[in-house]
Amino acid sequence: MEAVVLICLVIGLLFNSLGIIGILRFPDVYTRLHASTKATTFGSIFVSLSVIVYAAARFAGDGDRPMLSLALHVLVAMFVLAFTNAAGAHAIARAAHRSGTLPSPSVRDDLNEEAGS
Amino acid sequence: MKRFVSTLVPVMALYMWLTAGSGDVFGLWAASELVLGAVLSVITAWLTALHVGSAGVTLPVNPLRWILFALYLIGPFLLEMAKANLDVAYRVITGRINPGIVRVNSGMKTAGSTTALANSITLTPGTLTVGVDEETNDLFIHKINLTEEEAARSAWDSRDLFGFNLPAMIRRFSE
Repeated sequence: MEAVVLICLVIGLLFNSLGIIGILRFPDVYTRLHASTKATTFGSIFVSLSVIVYAAARFAGDGDRPMLSLALHVLVAMFVLAFTNAAGAHAIARAAHRSGTLPSPSVRDDLNEEAGS
Repeated sequence: MKRFVSTLVPVMALYMWLTAGSGDVFGLWAASELVLGAVLSVITAWLTALHVGSAGVTLPVNPLRWILFALYLIGPFLLEMAKANLDVAYRVITGRINPGIVRVNSGMKTAGSTTALANSITLTPGTLTVGVDEETNDLFIHKINLTEEEAARSAWDSRDLFGFNLPAMIRRFSE
């Protein structure tokens, strides 16, 4: 059980760190959003998973009721995180494009042609 | 009455989910939590029935759709998401990007299914939803790496963005 928790934690932290490095390295709003939404969602899901595994194992082991409560709460948080992260990214990307922050570098921008015509 | 019950049941279920493990009634709940949950659910459902119009977003009632949705989340979607993250990891380390925004025909008919597709696109390989054409349900996708062939292609279909046929699966549980 402890090995599973550790592996999940390491994967989660690794992807969260990659997300942060991505934010620092990428050139514009849109590419940075790629790094921050995907990597941090995946990383946080794995951190949550490690909490769920730990709490569920404690509950199964000594019937520790607060641990069951913890596992159920984190499960809800995990799903909410996946949905709100994606929706938040849409909102930021759309707001950036509408306020005139165009992707650069960029080889093609269908949305901008749409607005111009 | 229908609206009252359709709010009451999910709210009470959520309250019980979040307070499981608080006591001994039915093995898991404290009596005080159950009473408080019931009172709050009735108040919430009553206020909702009073003030929220019937034209809002409807959730699928058919339980089969919810099961399909759950299978979609833990199966193909999770795999695509893992791929997406290895892809982002690769680009973060090497810095090889060639981004652009393309218009994609989503093939979705309802607002709910377009939302599900847009969210799936954002969390899967190299793509991010920037905007939506509300009349045709077309999506504007920011792709982090366009090849030369892709940069010149005019007709995009949402099927092209995934390894698995995720749009067909989304249509099955949300339309």
